[in-house]
Amino acid sequence: MKRLRRRSAPKVAKDKGRYASFTRRTLLLSGGMTAVFGVLAGRLYQLQIVDGDSYLTQAEDNRISLRLLAPPRGRILDRFGVALAGSRRNYRVLVVPEQTRGGVAAAYDALAKVIPLNERVRGRVLKDAAGRKSFMPVLVADNLSWDDFARLNLELPYLPGVQPDVGETRDYPYADELSHVLGYVAAVSPEEKAQNAEAGDQLLDVPGFRMGKRGVEKVFDKEIRGHAGASRVEVNAYGRVIRELERKPGQVGDDVYLTIDQELQSFMYQRLKDDSAGAAVMDVETGDLLALVSTPGFDPNAFNVGLTPDQWGALTESDHKPLINKPLAGFYPPGSTFKTVTALTALDAGAITPDTIFHCSGQFSLGSHAFHCWKKGGHGAVNLRQGLKASCDCYFYQVAMKLGIDALQAGARRLGLGAPTGIEIPGERGGFIPDRYWKQATFKEPWQQGETLIAGIGQGYILATPLQLCVLAARLASGMQVTPHLVHSLGTQKQPRPPVEPIGFSPEALAAVREAMVAVANEPGGTAFAWRIIDPAFAMAGKTGTAQVRVISEEERRSGIRSNESLPWKLRDHGLFIGFAPTDKPRYACAVVIEHGGLNAHPQVQLARDALTLAQKRDILGRPPAYPVNSADASL
Amino acid sequence: MSVHTYSDRRRPASLSYKLSEINWRLVVLITLIACAGFMMLYSAAGGSFSPWAERQMVRFVIGFFILVAVACVDLRVWMGLAYPAYAFSLLLLVAVEVAGRVGLGAQRWIELGPLALQPSELMKIALVLALARYLHGLVPGEVSKPLRLFVPLAMIAVPVMLVLMQPNLGTATLLALCGALLLFLAGLSWYWIAPTLSAVALAVPLAWQFALHDYQKQRVMTFLDPHTDALGAGWNITQAKIALGSGGIIGKGFLLGTQSRLNFLPEKETDFIFTMIGEEFGFLGSMVLLGMFALVLYYGIQIAMKARSQFGRLLAMGITVNFFLYIMINGLMVMGLIPVVGIPMPLISYGGSAMMTVMFGFGLLMSVHVHRGVAVPKRSSGMI
Repeated sequence: MKRLRRRSAPKVAKDKGRYASFTRRTLLLSGGMTAVFGVLAGRLYQLQIVDGDSYLTQAEDNRISLRLLAPPRGRILDRFGVALAGSRRNYRVLVVPEQTRGGVAAAYDALAKVIPLNERVRGRVLKDAAGRKSFMPVLVADNLSWDDFARLNLELPYLPGVQPDVGETRDYPYADELSHVLGYVAAVSPEEKAQNAEAGDQLLDVPGFRMGKRGVEKVFDKEIRGHAGASRVEVNAYGRVIRELERKPGQVGDDVYLTIDQELQSFMYQRLKDDSAGAAVMDVETGDLLALVSTPGFDPNAFNVGLTPDQWGALTESDHKPLINKPLAGFYPPGSTFKTVTALTALDAGAITPDTIFHCSGQFSLGSHAFHCWKKGGHGAVNLRQGLKASCDCYFYQVAMKLGIDALQAGARRLGLGAPTGIEIPGERGGFIPDRYWKQATFKEPWQQGETLIAGIGQGYILATPLQLCVLAARLASGMQVTPHLVHSLGTQKQPRPPVEPIGFSPEALAAVREAMVAVANEPGGTAFAWRIIDPAFAMAGKTGTAQVRVISEEERRSGIRSNESLPWKLRDHGLFIGFAPTDKPRYACAVVIEHGGLNAHPQVQLARDALTLAQKRDILGRPPAYPVNSADASL
Repeated sequence: MSVHTYSDRRRPASLSYKLSEINWRLVVLITLIACAGFMMLYSAAGGSFSPWAERQMVRFVIGFFILVAVACVDLRVWMGLAYPAYAFSLLLLVAVEVAGRVGLGAQRWIELGPLALQPSELMKIALVLALARYLHGLVPGEVSKPLRLFVPLAMIAVPVMLVLMQPNLGTATLLALCGALLLFLAGLSWYWIAPTLSAVALAVPLAWQFALHDYQKQRVMTFLDPHTDALGAGWNITQAKIALGSGGIIGKGFLLGTQSRLNFLPEKETDFIFTMIGEEFGFLGSMVLLGMFALVLYYGIQIAMKARSQFGRLLAMGITVNFFLYIMINGLMVMGLIPVVGIPMPLISYGGSAMMTVMFGFGLLMSVHVHRGVAVPKRSSGMI
């Protein structure tokens, strides 16, 4: 046996008792130890088996963080597929505090020697850096020029902690030419966030997310923005991303195809950009808008990046009001362009025939009041054709008086005036066509016959937007109840278009008005003859208009009315024109309103002439639009 | 094989014989537990031997040789060394008050040349030795005599007070409990024990009011309701419970514990290492470890029961109780049953001082086993 021999029992009685006591107490203590181990085992059972699932969930919550990925925003394209709104590279520079040598401030100062940065940015960067974990990058500047970005990359080895980055941002290559059609994108406001809380699109919570604020960008924002992707990442206790577990890329936003022809749009905008004007060109059969111009515009790119106070001040304080979408929300008395409405309604109602003659002596007396014609000596005996061609006021005073205000306002409404046209983009206003009930309700006075006369030549209370005037021209040209449209398709889905109904005026009446409008722009003596389209294949018909913005006193009338050229800009008449082309089988309608542009050179007629010519010439090229066709449409 | 009658105190046995007498089953068990510790340190470093596992292995190897060396030294020599060791440890404890450097918010370390020493760790062994020596000569009736009892009480109280002053509540508790249990095993009368327990129950509210440091109070408060300070002091407790609980029955797998790997667990390589075992190996793994610990305690008790001398019995039980208290306090702490005090899990937690103390302690235990037949005289003989 290898074991050491142990005495079978302690020799000494003293040790015997001691050993017995020791054994008892050791066993007692062993029991206590066993109890403690039982407690430990029981606690482990409770934590790991009874509550295990709950703790597992907590552990997963600890480590997994869901990050949203913003999908690329859909593009906006014109009818030929030219990108009007897309993405461009956004060169940015970030600083990662933990990678800097000597702190964020030092890194910033070193960076400021390479690219231009201002002192205001410095404060923000330092504040951002202080408020975050040191491995979180802080944005120093974005939208850097390529030159700055290239220089930065060259100097990078000497700039520890500085991180160049290429992101994407919304880009409007045609800048202010389409500002009111496209709108712009900008950071989500708290109100929009609150509204969205119900809709529950998480995309809006993505840092730096931009949403549509105006125009097409706003109306179709939901479709254009797409659906958020998500990245499930594992983070450690400090929030640092360890790895990506799963990535759902999200769904790219839909492209929007507009009916706009960017070349026509650019052409018209460039011609009008120094004026305050609204203009539109429309397909007379479908209502598709080929151009919708508002000048001056603004640069939507600046809104995306963020306006400086100076830029904002310039936009809000300019007397040319660049923030107003003039073709949709600019109110103008239609002036003589409204005579087409008076003529058509009277013909259709049988109040006159094309051959009915009224006399013009230069003024028309009603009771004690004299209503003047623009031509001092008068036009003599005038029929419909001469009345429109020479824009004789006295003729239309008498037509209106015979027709009456009730029939006139009803006719104006049928032709698209007095109510919003229903174009897709927001901010449209309805213009105004007065009637007896409105007069009584507003002024507590009955309608005066003199007011009917004034209404007959498009003055007085009547107000219309350039878009409504374009719709008027299109309806005169086609005899159909066309409404304006700006959006052709969303993604591959064609936007529904209700079938176009006939407008309901007799074809003879329409033909007589059209013939007179042809005379306006093609016969000597016509108010637009000087600016006619000479090529007969492209010839246009139209009606000029001038809207007074000041009261002409009797004294001035006697001594000779001052020419617009001699007046300050603000007091000059508005210049208006509606027209369509070609004359034989009208295809395009056009309306142009130039504020305070009622000059002898008739710039509004010149522009309409050139715009209609360009539209027709582009049409002759026979290019089919680039609209996407989905299978459902193709089978039709 | 030659059979030695190793009861003769005048004839020391040969070294090879002593080595063969070591309870190698216990040594293997200790090694297995330490290996579990290496695994967890390897995992805590994200699957790397550096910085913890490799150093811990070196320490264990050193500790292993210490164990064997201590085991081979005659029990009577250890008895002779008991008082000097106690005196030396006490001196170091005083020195640490004077010259110790502050580590982790408390004065616990002293520099001896290149060695950073924790005198409170030394004291855990020295106190057991000194008490065993003193109680060796007393029968149960004598232990309970007030004059006799005063000496061991003072031997316990002085180091406990010094350690409390550092301040280190965990080690002070451990020392006090260990000393008290040795008195209990030596046969202290129940007439002493019952009133003392009552007095302790009364003293708790008083200690709360006057004796505890603010940080100690805060530990207790956050223990009672971890969510009041979920990101501050309550963080440890909350995250430890999440780590343990999320392990479930079989755990997340080796190297796959998310709580520890992603640094949600604080002090995962030291005091809270048990939570990693719970997370990666689940209830089953934790129970296996607890079972191995229980087996160590069983061996320890067995060795104590078989020792011929009262010194050997008390020494063996003292070491065993000490080991048990480590496990109990650390286990209850990481499972959120008692406030957080700085007590590591023996053999598993990363740390040099604790490893050396534990291995030295097992050496003494083994010495009792090897010299179980030796009769130890009442007074120390001239063996040293």
